[in-house]
Amino acid sequence: MKYLIKNGHVIDPKNKIDAVMDVLISGVKIEKVAKSIEAKDAEVIDAKDRIVAPGLIDMHVHLREPGREDKETVATGTHAAVCSGVTSVCCMPNTEPAIDNPKEVKALKDIIKRTAVANVFIVGAITKDRDGKKIVDVEGMKKAGVVALSDDGNSVEDPEVMLKALKQAKKNSTFLMPHCEDKKISDKGVMNEGIIATKLGLRAMPKKAEYEIVKRDIELAKKAGARLHIAHVSCKESIDIIRKAKKDGIKVTAEATPHHFSLTDECVAGYDTNTKVDPPLRSREDVDAVKKAISDGTIDVIASDHAPHGKHEKDVEYDYAAFGMIGLETSFPLAVMNLIDTKLISWQRLVELMSLNPAKILGLGSKGSLSAGSDADIVIIDPSKQWVYKEQDIKSKSKNSPFIGKTLKGAAVVTIVGGKIAYKA
Amino acid sequence: MPEKLAWKRKDLLGIEELSKEEIELILNTADSFKEVTTRRIKKVPALRGKTVVNLFYEPSTRTRTSFELAAKRLSADVINIAVEVSSVKKGETLIDTGRNIEALMADVIIVRHNCSGAPYILSKSVKASVVNAGDGWHEHPTQALLDIFTLKSKLGRIKGLKVSIIGDIAHSRVARSNIWGLTKLGAQVTVCAPPVLIPPGMESFGVKVTNDLDEAIREADAINVLRMQFERDNVSAFPSRMEYFKAYGVTEDRLKGAKKHILVMHPGPINRGVEISAEVADGPKSVILEQVTNGIAVRMAVLYLVTHAQGGAI
Repeated sequence: MKYLIKNGHVIDPKNKIDAVMDVLISGVKIEKVAKSIEAKDAEVIDAKDRIVAPGLIDMHVHLREPGREDKETVATGTHAAVCSGVTSVCCMPNTEPAIDNPKEVKALKDIIKRTAVANVFIVGAITKDRDGKKIVDVEGMKKAGVVALSDDGNSVEDPEVMLKALKQAKKNSTFLMPHCEDKKISDKGVMNEGIIATKLGLRAMPKKAEYEIVKRDIELAKKAGARLHIAHVSCKESIDIIRKAKKDGIKVTAEATPHHFSLTDECVAGYDTNTKVDPPLRSREDVDAVKKAISDGTIDVIASDHAPHGKHEKDVEYDYAAFGMIGLETSFPLAVMNLIDTKLISWQRLVELMSLNPAKILGLGSKGSLSAGSDADIVIIDPSKQWVYKEQDIKSKSKNSPFIGKTLKGAAVVTIVGGKIAYKA
Repeated sequence: MPEKLAWKRKDLLGIEELSKEEIELILNTADSFKEVTTRRIKKVPALRGKTVVNLFYEPSTRTRTSFELAAKRLSADVINIAVEVSSVKKGETLIDTGRNIEALMADVIIVRHNCSGAPYILSKSVKASVVNAGDGWHEHPTQALLDIFTLKSKLGRIKGLKVSIIGDIAHSRVARSNIWGLTKLGAQVTVCAPPVLIPPGMESFGVKVTNDLDEAIREADAINVLRMQFERDNVSAFPSRMEYFKAYGVTEDRLKGAKKHILVMHPGPINRGVEISAEVADGPKSVILEQVTNGIAVRMAVLYLVTHAQGGAI
């Protein structure tokens, strides 16, 4: 099957393309990108006034399978992804059981093979049961197919264990993507420390809990000579540490979530438990720092940290509510509204952050660009479409989003995964 | 004649969201109910046929009793429900409990909860009026209202008064509600505590912050002394009750430098010899028991106003 995407504005930072072009897809691969392609045997997709880009890659997603299929499954999560222009996701290992051995990786791979409608790459746990004690069989996990390791939700508390894990990751040509949080500091906290927490009388999670571990893990990565990707960076201090580390030549990359550049802790007023997330929504100053880091290259990746939770886990007291919000369906429009429309970054940079850089970090050479011979993972975007994010329209199995009811801008109109149309508006 | 302000809220969740006028309306309404509480027959039919439920997730004697009496003096039917906090997580959710209470045709749910914000979550899921009787560290609106009512009846005004709140500000809902109420009515508020008990960003509330008790007392027209709760896990920075008493305990000696007319308030229950000496608590400057008495009138006013707002036949 061949598709010819005609007259779209192609944004392909890897090949420095930012112009109206045609894209020809042949089977599962991109055949070529050029002006005025003719291909009689291809089905034509009109992309006039649309943006055509490599499919978005979301490096940080909780698909909840196995174990919490009540919240999300590989099928529902990847459906939400393709409807939002996301053609590849990395799924986090904090499932039940955790993805902490090659057998679980294989079992999950089988579920993915049977049910996924987008590409799913597996992130394995760093330690058994994600409890920070015994390091997983990194070699076996890597052979079974994990792309990275993370105890997401927890930091590896013991620096010696973390150092060993970094060394093993290096040895096996993979990398760690740590969740940085010293739980002795964040303790029973439920929101960012500051004026708003004081007003609301809620227990605080000081920024120190995050940036002290960011600092520690970067130092350990330097010592191990290992690659490190810091998950969901949320505060100014963490950014300053990462910026300096990059300057010093340490092999560190970092991601930020749309909610950490779109919302401040002021949103917690009213006690909407959909605003409860870890790391917490921070102050205006931190949000501005995250945005700046996105534009100056300190942050490499935008990832949603899509974290589905059932109603019964959110319709409770703020203290008792689960941490996390869904994000697959709002990630792209929030980036358009808060980064592009504010003239902070260009479309080129956006595609870098949401496709090219994740592909590079994950070592997915055939993704993240529209180069000839690349995987035909493509998104066609209506950049100016305004739409209301309604609860009943949410594709994810869970509805825990603080953006429900908000008007968003920018939407996928066609999503192609591996040369097949996975979504069409 | 200016148009009389009508009460529009079905709930009383906090003082922060109230306007100066709304606070004054509650105080004025409480004034008329105060008269009722001094009658030989202390009862009016304002809430006859209404059902008021005290839903308490924390042990409380005085607040619950005060609300119960207030509701009974308005002729409402009152039910008390005490929920074991330890069973909450496995048991019925707050929202389910609220809806069940509502299914009993309750008109008002008075809720005391260990979690900040719980009354807000409850109010969104029930049509009944919700009155916050203290939520976590967040607010205790009726306590602040009765404190302000007491101040006003003793000193004749609130505007321009200097009020110092002394003690564990970080974990005190009484402090927060008082700060909102007093500053909205034009008082100057000082908070006084050891640094570990002053939460971040306190100055942004429009209050003065000091760690010096003598300074807090010197200029004050009134001091509100908070209960020190040593059972809290995160005040371990504070070694002993005796040390606290020495540095921050309000004693006759410490009050020597105070204004002659200074009022001493305390939301209770008192820890004698911890945050306040017995002599001061029982002495001529203390209005602690008047606060308790005024609490009934203030809570009658609140119950009257919130049920009135929901369009009940009153």
